[in-house]
Amino acid sequence: MSADISSPRPARPDWLWHAGLVAFVAVWWLVYRQLIPLAEGITSLFPVDRHSHTGEALAFFFYDVPKVMMLLTLIVFAMGVVRSFFSPERTRALLAGKREGVGNVLAAGLGVMTPFCSCSAVPLFIGLVSAGVPLGVTFSFLIAAPMVNEVALALLFGLVGWQVAMTYAAFGLVIAIVAGWVIGRLHLEGWLQDWVRDIHSGATAPDASGDTPLTLVDRYRLGIEAVREIFGRVWFWIILGIGMGALIHGYVPEDLMARIMGADAWWSVPAAVVIGIPMYTNAAGVIPIVEALLGKGAALGTVLAFMMSVIALSLPEMIILKQVLTLRLIAVFIGVVGSGILAVGYLFNFLF
Amino acid sequence: MEIKVLGPGCAKCKATADLITRVAAEAGKEVTIEKIEDMRQIVGFGVMTTPAVVVGGKVVHKGSVPSHDQVLAWLN
Repeated sequence: MSADISSPRPARPDWLWHAGLVAFVAVWWLVYRQLIPLAEGITSLFPVDRHSHTGEALAFFFYDVPKVMMLLTLIVFAMGVVRSFFSPERTRALLAGKREGVGNVLAAGLGVMTPFCSCSAVPLFIGLVSAGVPLGVTFSFLIAAPMVNEVALALLFGLVGWQVAMTYAAFGLVIAIVAGWVIGRLHLEGWLQDWVRDIHSGATAPDASGDTPLTLVDRYRLGIEAVREIFGRVWFWIILGIGMGALIHGYVPEDLMARIMGADAWWSVPAAVVIGIPMYTNAAGVIPIVEALLGKGAALGTVLAFMMSVIALSLPEMIILKQVLTLRLIAVFIGVVGSGILAVGYLFNFLF
Repeated sequence: MEIKVLGPGCAKCKATADLITRVAAEAGKEVTIEKIEDMRQIVGFGVMTTPAVVVGGKVVHKGSVPSHDQVLAWLN
């Protein structure tokens, strides 16, 4: 998704769009406030005791699914509108020639704001590196982009609370900045695949942009498009994840997780990171499970580490990056980011 | 008319190629679509987001599945 979608077709007047948006948010808010009675109502339709295991699981499911779907709609739309102000080309222009340090901070921020899908990771990587963006700064961008994404934030906000959502976002950015900076300090440019190095030393690829300025309504359209696309991709995972979470919520004994994933079990943080790497669901699938685990006494740091590992270090992503990075560089990438996640996990278990 | 669709074989890239084929058939235009999946070639066009569309050697679109109207405009 980039700023290329202009509007040649005859459109509704602008004021109708603005009014429609206001009306939508108002209705959204009214419905959102009624979700608890709604969930209780639906649960009472089932022939089960409300306080039985099944009753608890059902109530959890019918409350969380609409809640998460609603939050996701609003947050993804808002992010879609905000992202329409950014583009990979503009990001490249902003980052080219930036020093490390400042560059890493900027890159992590832009990683959150710049619209691109994971299948564009390789051309984007090359586009940045070939334009003279330092390798470490490029990594800050590539780490922040998947880690701090709107789906993760919407789900954390809805299921676990805004404090944890903000904490996650802040430490996700810190890891992206620090890990990128460390990788930059190691001067591993020689560990890129040969053909990427050649582009690096050669001339910059021609700029293929020719963007027309967007109107506010165009940006609304992009927001709606983002909602449609993300829902198409994650609705199934959300239902599956919340279903799993509901089962844990209803059936797993209260203190089991406290023993396995509690703050006292020192090995639980590295275990959470290692288990998280090969797991590839997106944030939508893992966060409902995380919520349920927290409810059963799992420690916040352990759970955060697990979540970050699942989202930021994934095998499919490594396979894509294999085209541009040598295995050694990928190993360093996993090592540095993994250490950062580990540190965050321990820090939180220690603090809370 | 020769149109290239650049992209590493992701779902959106396929959707883009299919859309162009369909619109061309509707408009009765003769097009040959070449899918370019090799990353070196894709990068050679200077695009940073895929799918991208190249018409007459020039990148006309990148980063998303184009709209029906956009495709029609390229064909004319």
